[in-house]
Amino acid sequence: MTIHSTAVPLENENVDTDQIIPARFLKATSRDGFGKNLFRDWRYNDDDEARPKTDFVLNSPVFSGKILVAGKNFGCGSSREHAAWALKDYGFDVVVSSFFADIFKNNALNNFLLPVQVNDDFVQNLFDTIQQNPAAEIDIQLENQTITNVSTGEQAHFDINAYKKTCFINGYDDIDYLLSIREEIETYEQVIGY
Amino acid sequence: MTLFDKIWNRHVVKQIEGGPSVFYIDRHFIHEVTSPQAFDGLRKRGIGLARPAQTIATADHNVPTWDQHLPIKEALSRMQVEKLTENCKEFGVELYGLGHSYQGIVHVIGPELGITQPGMTIVCGDSHTSTHGAFGAIAFGIGTSEVEMVFATQCLMQNKPKQMRINIEGTLQEGVTSKDIILYIIAQISAGGATGYFVEYAGSAIRSLSMEARMTICNMSIEMGARGGLIAPDDTTFEYMKGRKFAPQGADWDQKVAEWRQLHSEADAVFDHEIHIRAEDIQPMVTYGTNPGMGIPVTGSIPEETVLEEKERPSFRKALDYMGLQAGKAIKGQKIDYVFIGSCTNSRIEDLRQVAQFVKGRQKADGVEVWIVPGSKQVEAQAREEGLHHIFEAAGFQLRQPGCSACLGMNEDKIPAGKYCISTSNRNFEGRQGQGARTLLASPLTAAAAAITGVVTDVRDMLTAN
Ligand code: SF4
Repeated sequence: MTIHSTAVPLENENVDTDQIIPARFLKATSRDGFGKNLFRDWRYNDDDEARPKTDFVLNSPVFSGKILVAGKNFGCGSSREHAAWALKDYGFDVVVSSFFADIFKNNALNNFLLPVQVNDDFVQNLFDTIQQNPAAEIDIQLENQTITNVSTGEQAHFDINAYKKTCFINGYDDIDYLLSIREEIETYEQVIGY
Repeated sequence: MTLFDKIWNRHVVKQIEGGPSVFYIDRHFIHEVTSPQAFDGLRKRGIGLARPAQTIATADHNVPTWDQHLPIKEALSRMQVEKLTENCKEFGVELYGLGHSYQGIVHVIGPELGITQPGMTIVCGDSHTSTHGAFGAIAFGIGTSEVEMVFATQCLMQNKPKQMRINIEGTLQEGVTSKDIILYIIAQISAGGATGYFVEYAGSAIRSLSMEARMTICNMSIEMGARGGLIAPDDTTFEYMKGRKFAPQGADWDQKVAEWRQLHSEADAVFDHEIHIRAEDIQPMVTYGTNPGMGIPVTGSIPEETVLEEKERPSFRKALDYMGLQAGKAIKGQKIDYVFIGSCTNSRIEDLRQVAQFVKGRQKADGVEVWIVPGSKQVEAQAREEGLHHIFEAAGFQLRQPGCSACLGMNEDKIPAGKYCISTSNRNFEGRQGQGARTLLASPLTAAAAAITGVVTDVRDMLTAN
């Protein structure tokens, strides 16, 4: 699986899921349509779509793409999976950061939004590259777990466990797998004495 | 072996090569916000809950904290709560919904009903599930896909986290509470400082705390990035649990207590990281910024930009700009508009008692609005039985009805844009308490002191004055 795209730079650190999708938008009972409220309060003045905050990167006419590059500790705070739904619905397939909050990382993987964790310097160089040239492309190869800053040729390896990688590439989900081992789970329950 | 290892090992159903473990879940709490899509998932698959008796539901995030007997005014909130009721009925899940005498914030009712027990694995589609770790349980928050996973199979796919132990030795100063301990720790190690870890809290200062105070600490483990926090169960734990509704009874109780006594880290246990803190070093804490790691002693000043690394500065500036505060300025004396005493961090009966004792015979400052929101119907009933509502009324504080309330801007209780709220909750993120709301996190005592003076105050000055 390959993702080759330009990227949107979000240089803030500690971006929490309350910013990614504010609580007042969590009242939906389906998974759809969260993209329009992604970063809602950073995107609009007084919640008014007619008055975008022009200095926020999602409103920039120059940056776009399927990859979001973000500062460290991305996705901290609330466990709301709506954050992953919103990013995906908006059109991102990948988030790159120097580290992710744990629950966010799981939620992202469960929604086929790829979290790519690389070191601080690599992220900083990506920011510099994108700022200099918003048309700069990033290449991600999931099979061999590499990310390349195409303009500079700089490449890094990223971790993903083998099981999750297989799920990701084949579109499997954990529930299918767990249902398939139901007997083993029941045996466990008996042995432990539930 | 660590306490964590002992519980973890017992719950591994299967280890997948090169991948996560199939991890068994004893108790699953759900609420209205993160469960509807998971129920829908079951419907799509045409299956039910694997073990419905191990799941307990309540409505907390969307509920009003005033006139709870009336229908919820806001249509979407009402629909979400109604959806939960329908789903629980259809799938056979026990619900302590609005109007039930056990209703309350999910992390308050589990422990108070004796559902939360040592040695268990507990999850909920809510990051503050870490609260339940205070009983010596592995408890952590999950996303909605994982809620569906637990519904369908009673299991999760989990990678074993790294382990950290935070040792706090010594005696707390007067006026310093367990909330200050955890705010101090997060300020020390930052909002991401424990990402990837499960944390055990240990040491004499922790052992001397009540169960409710321990819950406050475990509750905020997530605010430094930890998956969860836990504390070894001891006599304090067993005394708290004994006789609670769903706690084991009779001979079963004795046997369980004997088992639970084995739940502690062995002397030779190895942790990936250890931190040592002296309880005497901890002062009443307040946050000034927009993540819980931005905390300082109440006597301290907001840092100058120059002490920060270059790349931290834009976020720092953005935070101060949002908060309308200045670098280098003392936090004491900062004007406050709202006081919120509540949330799964600090809304239990001991919190209310402590606040009542402090404010007895005092009056709130003019122009300050003070909300006390009990964590559950049982806490509310207990507070009234003890006559605490009279003290609050006399002080000009509102005692409201149970729910998440102003902890998050999802229900009717919101802080208006630009206003300052000193809050006993756990998150000071931008917009957390309402769009544009400015949150200062603190202990119930520090919040109560600010309610009386109208400004950020060192509660210790008022303890001696009393
Ligand atoms: S009180 Fe706040 S932190 Fe706790 S469960 Fe409710 S919204 Fe979450």
